[in-house]
Amino acid sequence: MAESNLIMVGVNHKTTPVELREKLAFTKGKIEDSTEKLGSFPEVEENLIISTCNRVEIYARVKNVDQGISRLKNFICDYHEIPLDQLDNHFYSYCEEQTVEHLFRVSSSLDSMVLGESQILGQVKDAYSLAKSLRGTGIILNQLFEKAFNVAKRIREETGIAENAVSISSAAVDLARKIFDDLETHTVMLVGTGEMAELAAKHLMSYGVKTIYVASRTYERAASLAKTLNGSALDFDAFKDELYRADIVISSTAAPKFIISKDMVERAIHQRKNRPMFFIDIAVPRDIAPEVNDLENVFLYDIDDLQAVVNANMVERQREAELAAEIIRVEVDKFNGWMDSLDAVPTIIELRKRAERIRRQEMEKALKKMPHLSKEDENNIHQMSISIVNKLLHKPTVNLKDKTRSSEGQTYLKAIRDLFHLDD
Amino acid sequence: MTLIAFNIALISYLVASLEYFIYLVYRKQFVSTLAAITVGVGWLFHTLVIILRSQETGHGPYTTSFEVAIFFSWVMVLVYFLVNWKYKIKDLGSFVIPVAFLTLLYATFLSKEAVVFPESQFQILLTLHRTLSILGSVAFAMAFAAGLMYLIQEKQVKSKKLGIMYFRMPSLEILDNLNYKVIVVGFPLFTLGFMTGSIWNAQMNQLSLFSWDLVKTWPLVIGWFLYGLIFFGRLLVGLQGKKAAQFSIFGFITIMLTYLLHV
Repeated sequence: MAESNLIMVGVNHKTTPVELREKLAFTKGKIEDSTEKLGSFPEVEENLIISTCNRVEIYARVKNVDQGISRLKNFICDYHEIPLDQLDNHFYSYCEEQTVEHLFRVSSSLDSMVLGESQILGQVKDAYSLAKSLRGTGIILNQLFEKAFNVAKRIREETGIAENAVSISSAAVDLARKIFDDLETHTVMLVGTGEMAELAAKHLMSYGVKTIYVASRTYERAASLAKTLNGSALDFDAFKDELYRADIVISSTAAPKFIISKDMVERAIHQRKNRPMFFIDIAVPRDIAPEVNDLENVFLYDIDDLQAVVNANMVERQREAELAAEIIRVEVDKFNGWMDSLDAVPTIIELRKRAERIRRQEMEKALKKMPHLSKEDENNIHQMSISIVNKLLHKPTVNLKDKTRSSEGQTYLKAIRDLFHLDD
Repeated sequence: MTLIAFNIALISYLVASLEYFIYLVYRKQFVSTLAAITVGVGWLFHTLVIILRSQETGHGPYTTSFEVAIFFSWVMVLVYFLVNWKYKIKDLGSFVIPVAFLTLLYATFLSKEAVVFPESQFQILLTLHRTLSILGSVAFAMAFAAGLMYLIQEKQVKSKKLGIMYFRMPSLEILDNLNYKVIVVGFPLFTLGFMTGSIWNAQMNQLSLFSWDLVKTWPLVIGWFLYGLIFFGRLLVGLQGKKAAQFSIFGFITIMLTYLLHV
């Protein structure tokens, strides 16, 4: 049916440099304005705008695919006052099931800069609820987006696409959680107050770490960071003696030489009765002697090690993305099936209207010939006529919905329309 | 009937072992569920085997090598279910169920003859000795599985080569904890089994309490010593992590040797 042509037009981080993308961004206010403007074009039936720092995309249901796509492109250019020839090479556009597939990929984060990141789903959800509240979307886009959220959820649950850390600090936290079970009962010590160390500490806190010590050459900095992290500051000279208290040590000083030696850690681990320790050295040059890793129950990762973990995780995500693509193919097919079954709806409604009209006419005729009937009998005959019509039409209705999902759908629709003269 | 039930249990454990292996590699949730169901079915038939066998022989399943093997394997699967229920370690089955399967497979090569012991006043000691020893050994087998998983995971984290097992396996702390907990339960049981066995031996043969046949019992002495080291070592000097894992693997090897030489 002509009314359910789905299209999308957009730019993203792959096709368009940031200098251009930022000019095309739609703030919330601009979206409110644009959704209404788009809706006022006669060929646009439904529309929805997604605008994030990595992408600007407009999804729409239009009467005609080609006209619709050029309408959306022109709209974006006109709205931001950029000539079309400057943007045309950056645009990508999809129609019909490609649109569905693209949206499923976007919301499942297969199209993101960092594969599997979780922000995009929230951004798409926000865009959807805004468009919905502005009445930009209708039956089709609503169903499409609801479905896209389900698909994203399914992919997150069934594949490992979001499983492995792809940032240095989250890789460090992951490792900590593979060494220690419950981070809540473990203690973190920061040696040096680098920004990355702070980030990693905050990340660990979000997993329940409660006790944090901070040591720095300048006590004031240690104290101020300790305050933000709700921990306690240590004198720099004292940290060596307190090392045994820490399960996780994050080191990020600017010291030119190693400040934590193997001997020092050996002493600490002895004091701890061999309870494991995890050292994270994010300083360059390094703070912790690499031989520390040779000690039993001690694990040392420097910045390169963490980067290698991140790289390996990226590869793993890539592999999971293939599984996700499989799920998307299946879900796109399902959605197309739903779309096709919509084609049947107008026909079914007409068929039912026709049947109802005939029933009424015949009922009136019959009742006129039988004026002696009581109210109750009249009612019974009335009920009977309704159920005859319903029972006759029930199977064809169900079957027609099913058949329109198959390749011969259009044939069936046409046959029904011809047989019942619905197009008269 | 016993034989049919036995074969069903054996095949179930084989299939479950394969399923757990597939799960380890391909990480499909339904395979794990399927494996758990397969083990469950196998275990029910396994239970049936033990009941039938006990009816046939008129005593508990711990007299011959064959009976000990099937009983050991049965308790092992039971303990696996309990541990999994408590700790929810996804890949434990991949390590434990093959052991249960292999034990049962080994049993098929053993004589199925029932042995009737002459009634004796020390019968109760012997029964206690066997039951406690088997329960202790199962705990050690669990410690073995936990230790093996610990070493695999430890090696990955230490060498910084995070392979596919890294993502699947629980934290080192959980594995170390499990290792310790099963030994805390297993060591006293096993020690009591050891002691009742010595007493029985001494009473039966009118010998002194310490006159063991060293040819038959040397691995037992080593194993018992190793577990004792883990048991007390943790409390006293913080023996844990890699050493505890290694000891519990060596310990289990000695227990298996003991079984081969002793039963």
